[in-house]
Amino acid sequence: MSSLSPLLFLILVPILSAALIMAGANPRFTALIGSLVNVLLFGALIFFFNPLQEGFQFVSSFPVVPDLGIGFTLGADGLSMVMLFLSVVVTLAAIAVARTPVDGARWFYASLLFISAGVVGAFASVDVFFFYMFHELALIPTFLLIGIWGSGDKQAAAWKATIYLATGSFVLLLGLIGLYLIQPVDARSFDLREIVAHADAGLIYDSPVVYLLLLFGFGILVSLFPFHTWAPQAYASAPAPAAMLHAGVLKKFGLYGLLRIAVPVLPESIQEFLPLLLVLLIGNILYVGYITIAQRKLDWMLGYSSVMHMGYIFLGFAALNQISLTGASVMLLSHGLTVAALFALCGEIRERTGTLDFSELGGLARTAPRLGLAFGFAAMASVGLPGFIGFAAELMVFFGSFAGAPPAMGVFDGKEVFAFNFLQIGTICAVWGIVISAIYMLRAYRRIFMGPLNDSWTSIGDLNGVPRAAIVLIIGIMLFFGFFPQILVNLITPALILP
Amino acid sequence: MIQPIALEIIVVCLGIFLLMMEAFSTKASKTPLAYAAILGLSVVFVLTFFIQPAAAGLQDSGFYVLDPLGLFFKRFALVATVVTLVLALDYLPIIQRLVPGERPGAGSGEFFILPVFTCAGLMWMASAADFIVIFCALELVTISLYIQVAYMRRSIASLEAGTKFLILGALSTGFFVYGITWIFGTVGQTGLEAIRQVLPGLPEASHPALIFGVALVLVAIGFKIAAAPFQFWVPDVYQGAPTPITAYLAVASKAAGFVVLIRVLEPFFTVIAFQEKLFLVLMLLAGMTLVFGNLAAIPQTNFKRLMGYSSIAHAGYLLMGLSAIGDSFAGRAVVFYLCGYLLMTFLSFLILVPVTKASGGDDIANFNGLARRSPGLALAMLIAAASLAGLPFTVGFFGKFFIFQVAMKQELFGLVILGILTVACGFYYYFKVIRAMYWQPATEDASPVSVSGLSKLAIVVCSALILILGFYPQLLIKILP
Repeated sequence: MSSLSPLLFLILVPILSAALIMAGANPRFTALIGSLVNVLLFGALIFFFNPLQEGFQFVSSFPVVPDLGIGFTLGADGLSMVMLFLSVVVTLAAIAVARTPVDGARWFYASLLFISAGVVGAFASVDVFFFYMFHELALIPTFLLIGIWGSGDKQAAAWKATIYLATGSFVLLLGLIGLYLIQPVDARSFDLREIVAHADAGLIYDSPVVYLLLLFGFGILVSLFPFHTWAPQAYASAPAPAAMLHAGVLKKFGLYGLLRIAVPVLPESIQEFLPLLLVLLIGNILYVGYITIAQRKLDWMLGYSSVMHMGYIFLGFAALNQISLTGASVMLLSHGLTVAALFALCGEIRERTGTLDFSELGGLARTAPRLGLAFGFAAMASVGLPGFIGFAAELMVFFGSFAGAPPAMGVFDGKEVFAFNFLQIGTICAVWGIVISAIYMLRAYRRIFMGPLNDSWTSIGDLNGVPRAAIVLIIGIMLFFGFFPQILVNLITPALILP
Repeated sequence: MIQPIALEIIVVCLGIFLLMMEAFSTKASKTPLAYAAILGLSVVFVLTFFIQPAAAGLQDSGFYVLDPLGLFFKRFALVATVVTLVLALDYLPIIQRLVPGERPGAGSGEFFILPVFTCAGLMWMASAADFIVIFCALELVTISLYIQVAYMRRSIASLEAGTKFLILGALSTGFFVYGITWIFGTVGQTGLEAIRQVLPGLPEASHPALIFGVALVLVAIGFKIAAAPFQFWVPDVYQGAPTPITAYLAVASKAAGFVVLIRVLEPFFTVIAFQEKLFLVLMLLAGMTLVFGNLAAIPQTNFKRLMGYSSIAHAGYLLMGLSAIGDSFAGRAVVFYLCGYLLMTFLSFLILVPVTKASGGDDIANFNGLARRSPGLALAMLIAAASLAGLPFTVGFFGKFFIFQVAMKQELFGLVILGILTVACGFYYYFKVIRAMYWQPATEDASPVSVSGLSKLAIVVCSALILILGFYPQLLIKILP
């Protein structure tokens, strides 16, 4: 057993905070302190992290089932550091904007902290098996959060999300077992480093079945079209902090897993099933995009919009080259922050007006200008306006995927001419998504914050206090990385292992 | 050094001693009997560690083996019986209400003593290496269970359960004996080791008769482990029986059935001609059991009935593991699953008993608002449900993972896909309990549920073991046979 990884504390802090809360500490205060401690801990880790060093740092390993090569191995490289950053920041923001419920405040904050521990654990795991286990840690808290403190048809939403996620995760488990079994018999392992080493040495059979299991297992968790229907409903019903954590961080797990596992190990299968994946991700972007436009309530619209944006990340994954994969990784962070900010603001609006129906809202910017400004920032970030981190991410994804495959040459009128290949056609369809998201985001902004002010909203308060600080923090980060995306790129690039 | 057979003898003597105590004591309270039984069985449990298991194969006699598997299941039976007695202590008020007697407390003594005899039967079964011994041990277990199931004489449900269990149990016994005669008729032996030696030289012409015999034996064992299509008795018996006995049936009886299954099939797997057919049968059984158990559990509203169907479903996963027995890890996967199953099933019943006492019923609706009444108990039930459903960081997850892993390795893809689909069903019905505890409001008179000290200890130990083994299963794998 090697030395203890500092990442372990990053996982333990939320769990211990949750335990303290259950034992009787002040729920909100403890949760807030716990998540703040985690952000500070992460800051210290960044200080000790060496971006130039290849491979995982802060590694510690503890064999759990040696017969099967399962170990509790923690470690982080550039990509996981970015995801850990996302996790701790969104956790802090989510707990900051949370409204303490009257009933069962302890369970509420403990559930949030457990989701946080789960995502931190997942992103800090080098062992594929624990990566999977930590993700599942969020399942019961999500079920409770939506079912008890949700809104609307919360019970149906909670059931649907739980069944989808549970099924998806067991499909994924099969994929991981498959991944284990396609390794050479005497060297099978769940350790990501060893799996990648086997793949580099050409010892792994590039099995299409395993890839499909992984794709659909992760896909269900990420709401890949047509397995997306749980997501909008769950996010619409979930309390704001749960939606922030789930849509912002937890859902990134699936794509992170594909980037981490499928890209280095199963590149040929990715190529082989490229057309299938393209059709599905275009379904995410265009089909779900149009549905998003049709929404009449902000929470549902945001739910669908978060599903839609997954399509871009899948596109970056599918194109399988340096630029597109980097773009997809940056987008994991950018979308996580954006959607967290949007759900936080959505929760703030619901808190003040009690409704999210566009037809009942209007003119809120007059009484709550800061809220309007913040929402404007977040909406623009979601559309991908330059200056926000989303722009850099989308640009890289589109550039990368357009150049992802050699152009197909066709014969037209007896002459050989340039023709678009599959990937390029897909990219063109995907770019249309930007227009779609601009339409619904701007429309939502207009419906909520512009126009005549409804009399009932003349006395609502503006954004202030701790929630304001949290939202300003997220928007600040989005702007900062929007102007300096190369910091992220420098971190992520060495971590991406290209086939 | 103790003779291995001494263990069973001590347990039987303990039972007889307790019966005498019961007969001649004038005290109204019967709880000292339970404590004495728990103490006695715990001592035997400690004694098992002073016994050296011999290598698999024959000891001095052909009908009793003490290999690591047998020893492990002796301990398993002892632990299960002790926990059942703890449950029974908690359940005593309900028993006293439903058992007629001139004096209060009369007629409740045997309730604590019969499990001791069942335990002796289970321990014998773990070591039985001859069809005749298997049959005797099985009957000792089953007959003592008949009485325990029908124990609550004033409860119609309990009597109905007892009758059903008796009739169907007797039928399955008939199948068993008939199967043994066919096997004996073709092979000329009843000892499993002897059969193994004779089998390869058996003429081709007698194969059908032998397979017929094995099939009949499988029917009888299928009844014991509640595999579809021999599961009809399960829901009614589980619902009607006294709750501690339901738990006992679900855990100990099923585990013993699996040990017998492993032992009986072993010689037949050595012959190539039978392998294919047996695997086919096992896979069919596994598939049917998985589908039936999980689908039928979905609409249940009674907790004990739900656990009945859930026990069928778990038998399906166990059979799936057995179908992959060709893999070197499969045996351990099955035993690991059984141990996890013991922990989580007992944990659920340990919580059910006080909840029943406090709310007057054993429907899922009786769990409503438990999170507000007694958060600790609700948390323990949450752990049990999560483990039964197979969520990570619980022992149930590793159990399912190992089973799926060996099944994938043996390329039983059809079963694996069925397994995944049924796991999804499982999430639904186990989460129904979580929903009742956390989503639903409690009734008006929602006072905290009181739990006795011994049960509290058992609940804490079970929950802790589920979580610890859910993080570090190696702890258990190391000591598996």
